[in-house]
Amino acid sequence: MIRNLGKYMYMLYHMFFKPEKFSVYWRRFLDEVVQLGVKSLFIVSLMSAFMGAVLVIQTATAIESAWIPDYTVGFTIKQSMLLEFCPTIISLILAGKVGSNIASELGTMRVTEQIDALEVMGVNSIGYLVGPKILAALFIFPIVIMYSMFFGFFGGGLVCYFTEIIPVKQYILGIRSFSEDNFVFIRYALTKTIVFAFIITSISSYYGYYLKGGALEVGKASTNAVVYSSIFILFANYILTQLMLI
Amino acid sequence: MIQVKNISKSFSGVEILNDISFVFEKGKTNLIIGKSGSGKSVLTKCIVGLLEPDIGDVYYDDIKFSSLKSQDKKKVRKQIGMLFQGSALFDSLSVEENVAFPLRMFTKMTEEEIIERVNFCLKRVNILNKNSLYPSEISGGMQKRVAIARAISMKPKYLFCDEPNSGLDPVTAIVIDELIQELTKEYQMTTIVITHDMNSVLEIGENILFIDGGVKKWEGNKEEILDVKVKELYDFVYVSRFLQKMKK
Repeated sequence: MIRNLGKYMYMLYHMFFKPEKFSVYWRRFLDEVVQLGVKSLFIVSLMSAFMGAVLVIQTATAIESAWIPDYTVGFTIKQSMLLEFCPTIISLILAGKVGSNIASELGTMRVTEQIDALEVMGVNSIGYLVGPKILAALFIFPIVIMYSMFFGFFGGGLVCYFTEIIPVKQYILGIRSFSEDNFVFIRYALTKTIVFAFIITSISSYYGYYLKGGALEVGKASTNAVVYSSIFILFANYILTQLMLI
Repeated sequence: MIQVKNISKSFSGVEILNDISFVFEKGKTNLIIGKSGSGKSVLTKCIVGLLEPDIGDVYYDDIKFSSLKSQDKKKVRKQIGMLFQGSALFDSLSVEENVAFPLRMFTKMTEEEIIERVNFCLKRVNILNKNSLYPSEISGGMQKRVAIARAISMKPKYLFCDEPNSGLDPVTAIVIDELIQELTKEYQMTTIVITHDMNSVLEIGENILFIDGGVKKWEGNKEEILDVKVKELYDFVYVSRFLQKMKK
């Protein structure tokens, strides 16, 4: 446990060494932004739209009463999506998609001696391979989560429009109501996202980079990356919520 | 010239290398030979600095490499080209980008100069019109040649080849061996080839180190190896019936 923590810290320390050539690292950063963020947009938009849609139906069914105004549904959706569903659930989904991708990519590079090739050339392999991934995730994940928020609300709106479970105007009114706290909620969501982005990319990189063995171990590393990223996301979620919302 | 002095290395108490000393000469193809698991790859990793020897020193010309700081080791490594057993080409980069990688990373050459150098290196290893293909789209022999092109792109002083013809047919294997020997002479490099292929030994072995069980058992050249008296090496050289008949 302590040894693993030491290796993890060693990896993070080496990430901040001066790059051999800034332009090469910049290109790697842009590639990773596309790989980790842009290529996740489809699954994120699909998940978010369906989450928003289902939440609207469940909430509207649960609070169906003459005493509760219809816009409460929209307000509840806003709170749920902003505070928990978009930052946490989407991050857990990204842990599966991006985390396994990173661990298997780096693991395969280790098995096929590509990382050794970088080291022999005199390249700081951690800085070159891991650094751009972590920085790209810290940059792009908050954007992906804001995108997810939009699609979550949009999915809910579509359900209201097609099923008329509540009027669309009431849904939008609910989303726009009590907006004075929106900034705090969005700041909380994005702070969580940045922490989760770091957890996903660093833990997955750790499992891939330090892999020993062959193809079987690549699969195991990929699984470990997803499992441990998810566990640490849940822990961090609890701690951040206690720190920022209470 | 690369010199190793009294190198020893153990893993979890198991001794892999024991007191190995040898001089790898400049302008020659130096071979490290031995059975699988004899410690050839560990010795090479100690020489290039991927592993730290427990005891002993490695010298690159007059530089004591094993006692250099990490940053200074990187300067020496920029003069090293290495061909790995599985080629170790970067999957996500095309043939051209693979060969250009060290040039883009370590030099201030313009893009035109880089492409010119890349094309020269690829032409030198007989890879033509494959620049835009990815490693998975070319054959194993081509991958080896692209890896050689990448290794020589920075005009290295030292070239390491880890089992360069493993997994190749005999004809392609000889092409690769000859290419390594030609490049060694052309660039006056200190070349170290790790192999257990007797064809390679007899083809290009100008200076040979034989390791068995992590211990240096013999050194010599391809002419001397056929008259060897050391039992372990004799068994290694004359393992095939064909060579046994030739010997008789």
